[in-house]
Amino acid sequence: MNLRSWFLVPARLTIGLFFAAPLAIVCGYSLLTRGDYGGAERPWTLENYTRLADPLYAQILLRSIAMAAAATLLCLVLGFPLALFISRAGKRKNLYLQLVVLPFWTSFLVRTYAWLFLLRDTGLVNTLLARAGLIHHPLALLYNNGAVLLGLVYGYLPFMVLPLYAALEKIDPALLEAAADLGARPLTAVRRVIIPLSRPGIVAGSILVFIPCLGAYLTPDLMGGGKTVMIGNLVQNQFTTSRDWPFGSAASLILLAFTSLLLYVFLRRAEVR
Amino acid sequence: MLELRGIVKHFPGHRAVDGISLTVAPGAFYSLLGPSGCGKTTTLRLIAGFEHPDLGEILLNGSPIQNAKPYHRNVSTVFQNYALFPHMTVQQNVEFGLRQRGAANARSLADAALEMVQLRGKQARLPAQLSGGERQRVALARSLVLKPDVLLLDEPLAALDPQLRKQMRHELKETQRNSGITFLFVTHDQEEALSLSDRIAIMHQGRIVQEGTPEEVYLRPASRFVAGFMGALNWIGGVGIRPESTRLFRGGDGPKARVTRTVFLGNCVHVFTQTEAGEEALAELPRDHEPFNPGDHVRIQWSSRDEMRFAE
Repeated sequence: MNLRSWFLVPARLTIGLFFAAPLAIVCGYSLLTRGDYGGAERPWTLENYTRLADPLYAQILLRSIAMAAAATLLCLVLGFPLALFISRAGKRKNLYLQLVVLPFWTSFLVRTYAWLFLLRDTGLVNTLLARAGLIHHPLALLYNNGAVLLGLVYGYLPFMVLPLYAALEKIDPALLEAAADLGARPLTAVRRVIIPLSRPGIVAGSILVFIPCLGAYLTPDLMGGGKTVMIGNLVQNQFTTSRDWPFGSAASLILLAFTSLLLYVFLRRAEVR
Repeated sequence: MLELRGIVKHFPGHRAVDGISLTVAPGAFYSLLGPSGCGKTTTLRLIAGFEHPDLGEILLNGSPIQNAKPYHRNVSTVFQNYALFPHMTVQQNVEFGLRQRGAANARSLADAALEMVQLRGKQARLPAQLSGGERQRVALARSLVLKPDVLLLDEPLAALDPQLRKQMRHELKETQRNSGITFLFVTHDQEEALSLSDRIAIMHQGRIVQEGTPEEVYLRPASRFVAGFMGALNWIGGVGIRPESTRLFRGGDGPKARVTRTVFLGNCVHVFTQTEAGEEALAELPRDHEPFNPGDHVRIQWSSRDEMRFAE
């Protein structure tokens, strides 16, 4: 073995140990039969996959895709102006970037509970609105699709802002001067120059938001109150309450296959341009 | 006609433009010439509208424009690095400004502009697929197609290699003549300014120190700074003489000097000398002139009409 191969050993071990091996185990589980007290037993079967063809599960997958797509779009709409602002902020750039990643300093779980505290019937928002006399009954701010969407957008917005910022920061300011010089108003310059040139950031940010949103389970569980079941919750339930590991494995592999396919198509399209 | 009246522009810590007034006649090739940091680029950016003056007026055809947005001014800029839109083809770059104006015949106008800069057949290329000279021509076509009242050029030749620079210089002058558009040209290269311009304003530390035709600023510089900036100058006994006006003889009158070295340049010979007073003097002599060697004793002579004297 040459030196180069030796240096690659840690990387190969890490991938083998923490990626390939668990994935192989999940693949194995997905082809077995559910054990009486969790776990998996023989005989080998494809039944776990055929069960997923049930319209009930197809609906869950479709709902997950719709939620993830909506969250991605909202993150893009909210994140783009923010990233543009930061990229033009001069000396304050670093401060603003720190603020964007500041939430990561605390646990995602804690932050999600903070939202519960804000939005529940007796929470801060409803209390303040009631005190101000604007409402007489608490607004249903939690445990619906809107709350889940809010949670997803809140959780993954930084993953959109950072790649967008990286792409926008690289755009030569002279191009914007040139656009204005040639008669383009600021919004036209954004549409015809900034957006096309920040395409790599838009693609990267969308992937980084869409994929984790698709598999999210904590946010729909806590903020959806278990009502908005997404595919992540389905998988989670199989491993906890339902104790059907083989079916959970099959569902997670279908999710993995679907995201891989989507990623492939997306990146291919981004490359072509 | 473009007119600047008492323009002042501060940036934190320094005064980039310190009271500039100038008038550019319609159809002229006018140059702002000066060393880097003299405020020439800031002046151009003030006219384009990327900066706004603290004091003073910018008049375009008689109307003040100093507070107008860049997209409302009928001037156009050729940027130093061209600032071509990298995601658009040559054709799309040239049509960009026309489309902002809602021109109905954008396509044919762009074609004509590309014809003028000899870029037909390259319309479908992206800027990255062009050579430096071609990019420069696209930038020129992109601005010229809008028929601006004044075309602002910010060191447009600086990014080119020396060979190409001379060729593009000639093309630039041709284009200006053919289009009849007023050019305001910023450069730090005095040879470029001399060879291209109808008039030159020489800038130093945010002010115009002299304004005139190329002949005037070269032959009758108003100050030591201008004289030195416009070309090499020998200082002999408090008098300035250009090397091409400096003559060397083995005898006769004139300050005594000794040849220190000679350099053969092909079209001429540079003879470096040192006078008895210790002043360095360079003589640019024709190639077929009687040869001098280091150590030779010579006399320096010049004609009195080539003398430059300054009060300062």
